[in-house]
Amino acid sequence: MNAGAPTPSGGGGLIILATFLVGLMLSQIPLPYFVEWARPEWVAMILIYWVMALPHRVGMGVAFFLGLFLDVIKGSVLGLNALSLTIIAFLTLLLHQRLRMFPVVQQALMVMVLVGINQLLFHWMQAFTGYTGDNLIFLLPCLVSAVLWPWLFVVLRGIRRLFRIK
Amino acid sequence: MVADLYSAKVRESRAYLSLLLTPLQWVVDVPSRFAGEVSDIVVDRSLLVKENAKLKSEALLLERKVQQNDALWLENNRLRQLLKGSQRVDEAVELVELIGVNPDPFQHQVIINRGSENNVVLGQPILDAGGVMGQVTEISYYTSRVMLITDARHALPVEINRNGFRTIAIGKGELDELELDHVPDTADIQENDLVITSGLGGRFPRGYPVAVVSEVIRDPGQQFARVRIKPTALLDKSRHLLLVNMPESKVIPFEEVK
Repeated sequence: MNAGAPTPSGGGGLIILATFLVGLMLSQIPLPYFVEWARPEWVAMILIYWVMALPHRVGMGVAFFLGLFLDVIKGSVLGLNALSLTIIAFLTLLLHQRLRMFPVVQQALMVMVLVGINQLLFHWMQAFTGYTGDNLIFLLPCLVSAVLWPWLFVVLRGIRRLFRIK
Repeated sequence: MVADLYSAKVRESRAYLSLLLTPLQWVVDVPSRFAGEVSDIVVDRSLLVKENAKLKSEALLLERKVQQNDALWLENNRLRQLLKGSQRVDEAVELVELIGVNPDPFQHQVIINRGSENNVVLGQPILDAGGVMGQVTEISYYTSRVMLITDARHALPVEINRNGFRTIAIGKGELDELELDHVPDTADIQENDLVITSGLGGRFPRGYPVAVVSEVIRDPGQQFARVRIKPTALLDKSRHLLLVNMPESKVIPFEEVK
């Protein structure tokens, strides 16, 4: 994949995998009913970070398999989250060079748009498979995700620099 | 996605995937388990004594009821025999534990710690101390997914305990409310009536409490009365649940129903 300088293989991959596992865990931690509507989309955010930082390693394939796991967790039809996360990864791949230049606040706004697209796609497709929703409250997670983005960004950047993942 | 909706093969692969995720679900469950243990350890002695006394008196009351119940049950069976009716079979139950909740607030589902390795069957009913909780809709190897009766896609055949009026309880996607479907304006339903399972449809055993009628709205402008009912089971609080093993012949295979 990486045609550039030889990168130390192994360790970095495991760290990335670990962050995704933490994301999967955070996205199924039980919350009180009224907070559940505002649960940030951890997996999508972590995916956006890694695609932005390491587009040559984390791409649409990773997004697809992550989505499959998320589908199993959420009990949705297999492939719903896979598709929406793949689309997010694709958009981030398109944008990653610009995203890196943005200040964190502007990044957060972009994250809001990306996660919003994810939510819209997910609920639009859920509607096909039986669920009917009646309000726009399902968009709340994208707002919360945007608010949390600066902290997540700093933490993940710290992890990336600490383990020198390239 | 289409493949998942229509083919059984893909459903198997889904079971494999969730097998991979099972340890993750256990890890997520650890904090609440731990918190429960800690609160067991640091509990006040006087509180324990009080609770003990309360439980003892409760047990006494319940035992008395059970004594009566046994006699009534036998008498009922004898009467049925006299009438050459079919005997009612008692259902066996198994204690299971809740290990996860579906993170998607639009879907009311919980995950329990029994799966195909423990002979869980699709459509098996789940109860808690208060009443009916839901039914098994998806099975993995060591876990399975239960759809609660309040899920917007769930419907449950019920009857009013007081007069046997049959109807259907529809989930609305709200955790503390269901609605009775197509109830005529003239139907004899009052507030605080107990709603129990009717056993029609063969999925749920007969006679378990489902909900209490909380409000009856009779609007002359509407074709049907709106009856709102409140589930008696603690849908968002119970951790220890009962998995009902229906008598073999009664369980209708999932595929047939579809």
